[in-house]
Amino acid sequence: MSPMARTAPVPAATDPAIIRNFCIIAHIDHGKSTLADRMLQFTGVVQSRDMKAQYLDRMDIERERGITIKSQAVRMPWERDGVSYALNMIDTPGHVDFTYEVSRSLAACEGAILLVDAAQGIEAQTLANLYLAMENNLTIIPVLNKIDLPAAQPDKYAAELASLIGGEPEDVLRVSGKTGDGVEALLDKIVHDLPAPIGDPNAPARAMIFDSVYDTYRGVVTYVRVVDGMLHPRERIQMMSTRATHELLEIGVSSPEPTPSKGLGVGEVGYLITGVKDVRQSKVGDTVTNLAKPAATSLPGYADAKPMVFSGLYPLDGADYPVLRDALEKLMLNDAALVYEPETSAALGFGFRVGFLGLLHLEITRERLEREYKLDLISTAPNVEYEVTLEDKKIVQVTNPSEYPTGKVAEVREPMVSATILAPNEFVGAIMELCQSRRGVMGGMDYLSEDRVEIRYRLPLAEIVFDFFDILKSRTRGYGSLDWKADGEQVADLVKVDIMLQGEQVDAFSAITHREKAYAYGVMMTGKLRELIPRQQFEVPIQAAIGSRIIARESIRAIRKDVLAKCYGGDITRKRKLLEKQKEGKKRMKMVGRVEVPQEAFIAALTTDESKDKAKK
Amino acid sequence: MPSVLPLGDPAPANGQLPAQVLEGVADRAFGLYVHIPFCAVRCGYCDFNTYTATELGGGASQDAYGGTAESEIAFAARALTESGLPPRRLGTVFFGGGTPTLLPAEDLAGILAAAVQAWGLEPGAEVSTEANPDSVTAESLRVLKDAGFTRVSFGMQSAVPHVLKVLDRTHRPERVPQAVQWAREAGLAVSLDLIYGTPGESMADWEESVRTALSYEPDHISAYALIIEDGTKLAAQMRRGEVPPIDDDDHAAKYKLADQLISEAGFAWYEVSNWSRGENQECRHNLAYWRGDDWWGIGPGAHSHVGGVRWWNVKHPSAYAGRLAAGDSPAAGRETLDPETRNVERVLLESRLSSGIAIGTLGSGRTAIAGLIADGLIEPASAFAGQLVLTLRGRLLADAVVRRILPD
Repeated sequence: MSPMARTAPVPAATDPAIIRNFCIIAHIDHGKSTLADRMLQFTGVVQSRDMKAQYLDRMDIERERGITIKSQAVRMPWERDGVSYALNMIDTPGHVDFTYEVSRSLAACEGAILLVDAAQGIEAQTLANLYLAMENNLTIIPVLNKIDLPAAQPDKYAAELASLIGGEPEDVLRVSGKTGDGVEALLDKIVHDLPAPIGDPNAPARAMIFDSVYDTYRGVVTYVRVVDGMLHPRERIQMMSTRATHELLEIGVSSPEPTPSKGLGVGEVGYLITGVKDVRQSKVGDTVTNLAKPAATSLPGYADAKPMVFSGLYPLDGADYPVLRDALEKLMLNDAALVYEPETSAALGFGFRVGFLGLLHLEITRERLEREYKLDLISTAPNVEYEVTLEDKKIVQVTNPSEYPTGKVAEVREPMVSATILAPNEFVGAIMELCQSRRGVMGGMDYLSEDRVEIRYRLPLAEIVFDFFDILKSRTRGYGSLDWKADGEQVADLVKVDIMLQGEQVDAFSAITHREKAYAYGVMMTGKLRELIPRQQFEVPIQAAIGSRIIARESIRAIRKDVLAKCYGGDITRKRKLLEKQKEGKKRMKMVGRVEVPQEAFIAALTTDESKDKAKK
Repeated sequence: MPSVLPLGDPAPANGQLPAQVLEGVADRAFGLYVHIPFCAVRCGYCDFNTYTATELGGGASQDAYGGTAESEIAFAARALTESGLPPRRLGTVFFGGGTPTLLPAEDLAGILAAAVQAWGLEPGAEVSTEANPDSVTAESLRVLKDAGFTRVSFGMQSAVPHVLKVLDRTHRPERVPQAVQWAREAGLAVSLDLIYGTPGESMADWEESVRTALSYEPDHISAYALIIEDGTKLAAQMRRGEVPPIDDDDHAAKYKLADQLISEAGFAWYEVSNWSRGENQECRHNLAYWRGDDWWGIGPGAHSHVGGVRWWNVKHPSAYAGRLAAGDSPAAGRETLDPETRNVERVLLESRLSSGIAIGTLGSGRTAIAGLIADGLIEPASAFAGQLVLTLRGRLLADAVVRRILPD
């Protein structure tokens, strides 16, 4: 066994030459956490016997909580040729929604392990992150994981990786995070292949924030990579973008428990605690400097997070509105990308219009609100931000169909994305068909290997936020993967479709769609609502309209019977409980005019299910 | 009674009732329900607490059942007295099942005698039994009449053989007029029970059943929509697609047809599913359920109600017999209703009656009255006179009406 470091380099007194900063780029289920755990174990940072009890369990909880998993920056000692090195493993969020955060994590590293499941090959999101890593001039160590799996095809995927990043298939390391096979060789290779960080120890301090996490007990914990100079405890620091100043209450490294140090020097990675309560005061990408001896220029690459996808979040029970408000406030402390403002819907009551980085961000946020704050929520169909120019040249930004102006519209612009799809070549036809139907324009196609292709499309963002990925998955039998990034905007022939129940417009169901798709949307939504809304004591017409023009209609027949014929031999209790259940059900109804609409109908109408549609055909 | 018992509080072994049952006792009639948990064959739609002969043995057998029921009567009489309730005579007795007439008429007579001995009967008391047309004879009906029974309710269900077959009813349709005639000759009032909405039953089938029932000139008719209960054979058949699903619109049309035909024959509805030739032919025991009167339910799985306390017996006849043999209450659970819940029950039960419910007692529910009139769900003239009475449309939507008049 390769020796663990006998003496670990001391933070604040570590020569940059023995520091190696790296991250792991991997698709979500390609075994990153398992490999990371194995590294912690092999470097002695976590004792083998504590492995499960202490670390894996905590990872499980974090993994369950989704978004918080992004905060890992662990310092590990590793000895090679008699020298003790300090290895900083920086975790990166794995999803395209968090491209900016990924880019900042990458900017904190000199190298990246490209980890690919030897049974599945590389996925589009991994590819996207790989591009980002290469743009940041990171040294890439290609690694195939899960070589212990019977379905592993290491030769095939080694060839694929080699052709992607250059080099020979033999250079691709083969490991198993599960068995530990190849992990020591990987640690050695990190020391050997990755360059040491370079910085000026005598310059004014500059450290880049690559993550910022809210902790209930400690306030915001900020993760930084020091580029120049040194940070010390108790000194005053300044955030260069906001000019906000704080006192450094604590500074240290994670190994993996937070361990205070005497400071952090050039190339070191660690955490800062200043006592602030809001992650917005410690923005990812910002530069930390010393207030007394500030740097002249900040580190490059800082940008404000920009929400791309908007959705209305409403509590099922209107009484929960204050709970939702408090919950969003708390989430915001830990999620600098989350933006929201109060919103009122005639159908859904009081809620919030929330801006997200993407659909996953929306799903994670919604799930956290429901699980951690015990809220039952309705989220309206996600939409993008449109720029509507009226004939009087007035410009309106629309993030909610109900804000769509009623005046004469001269022009509507919608955000565009460039999307990259990876899939086995047999699905090219299906993918092209899907993208064309979503108003996509093909940008190109390349073979990654003999049977895997990369297809590039430019698409309206609105066309991919709803169900695109699910459908892509189903049309490629799960093999297709998607990555996208914002790519300007375009003028499009868009209209607003309204849905009316008994002549009353239901704002929650309004949608902005391309004119050619308005009819399909109207037919789909009226048909769905006819299925979802229970019969009432009167007939309920359901209509879809563009302005005053009706484009689709359905109707729900009146209910004729709603009575239990029998009261079994005096079992009144049963009948009363049934009634109580019905009353409870009625409470979960939203009144649209005189029509009782179950909350479930809102949820179901606002989700799509291609497989269900298929079953109907 | 349904196969699944409600969840409730534990019931004391001595059957003692809380003091609240004494309140208003003079205003409440007192009745007895006797459950006979035996059937020759279990019907495909039935989820009642009943057992075929082969399902039971030992101390819970049919032979021993009369004695076991009589021991609960003795227990009931003692528990009511010890709870401080004044002695009350029985206004109504109802034998239901199962198939009560599967027991020898002498056993039924014996159980009734025990009840009469324990409490006595009001003058003109109503004593009914359910009966399968197949399990009575002229002789057995005479024995019942002589024992004090006044009324028999035959489970006719349908006059159409293919409908009876889906229901697993074994009697031959021509047996019904015979049984009705014997009951008449014995001097018993006659009710016929019908079921509508059986899978495969056409509108013409239903019309034939109603017309046939009317042709036998009963005193009383009940017509119940078929409900598919979980755990029944029909539910399984429906799940497998062997019989078509229940169609509420079909139920509504059949109810309307029944109401029309039965009314034309000179009957009047007095409860959503019940019609009688006149006030004197109404089933008073059934009314007691809707009016919140007191009754003790004898038998496994039987439900009781006394002054806002409801309880239900253990379901299995063996467990039931065992409890009584040990001198303990056979109750499996009970609930003591608070005033609010009693009010909910009152509204939900009384609104189903043709006598209706006093609008003045509805509290905040009164705000719904105008809307109910506008929607044609309640009789305007009655409403103007202060009483909520369902229209034909309202009877079909009675549960919706109740939800609207109950306080939130």
